[in-house]
Amino acid sequence: MSSVATAAKSASPLPDANGHFGQFGGVFVPETLVGAIRQLETEYTRAKNDPEFKREFDYYLREFVGRPSRFYFAQRLTETLGGAKIYLKREDLNHTGAHKINNTIGQALLTKRMCKKRVIAETGAGQHGVATATAAALFGLKCDVYMGAEDVRRQNLNVFRMKLMGANVIEVHSGSKTLKDATNEAMRDWMGSVEHTHYIIGSVVGPHPFPMIVRDFQSMIGTETRAQCLEIEGRLPDYVVACVGGGSNAAGIFASFAGDKSVKLVGVEAGGLGTQLGQHAATLCKGEPGVLHGCLTYVLQDDDGQTAIVHSASAGLDYPGVGPEHSYWKDSGRVEYHSITDDEALEGFQLLAQTEGILPALESAHAIAQVKKLAPKLGKDQIIVINLSGRGDKDCQEVARLLNRS
Amino acid sequence: MPSTTAASRSIPDTFRALREKKQIALMPFIAAGFPDLATTLASLPAIEQAGGSLVEVGFPFSDPIADGPVIQEAFTAALEKKLKMAEVFATVAEARKSVSIPLVSMVSYSIVFRYGLDRFLKDAKAAGFSGLILPDLPPPEAESICDKVRSAGLDTVLLIAPTTTPERRKEIARLSSGFIYYLSISGITGERDKLPADLESNVRQLKSMTDVPVCVGFGINKAEHVKQLEGVADGAIVGTAFVRRAREHLDEGPDAIAKATAQYCKELLSLVR
Repeated sequence: MSSVATAAKSASPLPDANGHFGQFGGVFVPETLVGAIRQLETEYTRAKNDPEFKREFDYYLREFVGRPSRFYFAQRLTETLGGAKIYLKREDLNHTGAHKINNTIGQALLTKRMCKKRVIAETGAGQHGVATATAAALFGLKCDVYMGAEDVRRQNLNVFRMKLMGANVIEVHSGSKTLKDATNEAMRDWMGSVEHTHYIIGSVVGPHPFPMIVRDFQSMIGTETRAQCLEIEGRLPDYVVACVGGGSNAAGIFASFAGDKSVKLVGVEAGGLGTQLGQHAATLCKGEPGVLHGCLTYVLQDDDGQTAIVHSASAGLDYPGVGPEHSYWKDSGRVEYHSITDDEALEGFQLLAQTEGILPALESAHAIAQVKKLAPKLGKDQIIVINLSGRGDKDCQEVARLLNRS
Repeated sequence: MPSTTAASRSIPDTFRALREKKQIALMPFIAAGFPDLATTLASLPAIEQAGGSLVEVGFPFSDPIADGPVIQEAFTAALEKKLKMAEVFATVAEARKSVSIPLVSMVSYSIVFRYGLDRFLKDAKAAGFSGLILPDLPPPEAESICDKVRSAGLDTVLLIAPTTTPERRKEIARLSSGFIYYLSISGITGERDKLPADLESNVRQLKSMTDVPVCVGFGINKAEHVKQLEGVADGAIVGTAFVRRAREHLDEGPDAIAKATAQYCKELLSLVR
């Protein structure tokens, strides 16, 4: 695989013109934002059909991000689990250490096309904040990142990385002081700054066209994986497994396989500490349809529609909503969603570290833990691909804390 | 329009009467259940007695993205006391017995969707609400829902922002009944010292294209602001400034908060009545 897979093309016929994936998606925001959202949609449609945009995006993905990312046969992990052959899609090797950079480069280029000079972002684990700060530094944009006070505490290294690259990190103290509140605060900022500011949303969530744009800007993960698997194995994988918080890495890898009936797609959510509302962030497994952050999707709420507190050891999965396309995939049965507890994810983290010499992000460790259950049940002729969405350096302190506790 | 309480006036009748008298409506906003439901119960009649023309009753929501810190914190405080929607409806129904001005619920579509649209409309109507402001439901999503709201005998109030295009303004005006909520600024709720210079011309322009009354909200907190809008808009909506006053009298009990609310109504109306 020498060339970068086409990045900026729609990976799916959905959403429809109003941004719906079946009953999900749509635009549920104050009227103030509708103008900006329409402008973004128009600009994105133009960019998508502009060879110059594609050329520029592909250039930065190749030369700056380091794409295509590797498709690595995890031999010792495969032997240890004793079943299906396991490959890792190495998004952890991207510049800044996660898949998030793919989307922020794409959206920063859109920002330039819209002649806006400032970007804002929300961040949970800090990976999207770092990726946004990176793209902002690369293209000379002013950057403000909203981050829940609780996450600032958990992910201090990422806060420092953002500041080093010239971004301003704004601690959010409202509500539950985590990702959802950082998202609220970024939307509030955008309400008053739409004329000169673009909101680089970090996942396949929010009002249309964000779920579509972010999926498309992550879809090279799937197109590369597909080509790499065909080249190395001569066939498509049997399973593709990815963790799901908002769901951008999963949407990016799933989209290319959604039309292949032989490929089973598995999304892995954060089961946290238990099954009670408030103990987990398993939105698709345990939630119900509702409206959050501008779209209709599965959410974790109480009976009155108030957003529930969520928990995960992994800050990047700690979100009470999920991308509307995942809700569509769940209801249509195209993707199976499971949940993995904090403890199981911690085991997955150590398993990959000890068998492959790779520290996965705690988010990606949820996918490893799911495969730990799945692989032994499958024959040696079966192929599983894990989307290794990020590296775990950022989580070492948190992992140390969790390991010492037990 | 028929309502559950014989004494209550409809939103269209209210604006018709005000137009005849060439008066601007004052529509205070209160956060239901803040700091408690007894305050809500005491404040609604106090607002009517002080000259308020309608009241916007805000349903506390965990993620109010159009609201500034003052209203956010009031919502958070109300929800920390485990406020339930059913209690808001019960309190409004109780207040209705002594209030005849229209009550309009300001509620996130997130809440309405989860509660169930039909159930919400039925309970809102039964509680004595006259209309519904859904701040996060723009067209085209609003389209099918507006029909249902109207069928339930309630008015649907949609928002128009300074950034809304002329075509969308027409579409929103077509879907609105009761009144249109015009946002004075692109931004979130909160008090501003001055209203934007182009506000008057924007409102006049909007009024030239629709017969639906136009009320202006966001940033208004002075009698001078209300005076400035007189003869231009049909109503002035004041939110954050009322919530801030409630906060200043937090420890003094429901009656003291209701009194402060009434006093502030009179202050806002002092240059126009």
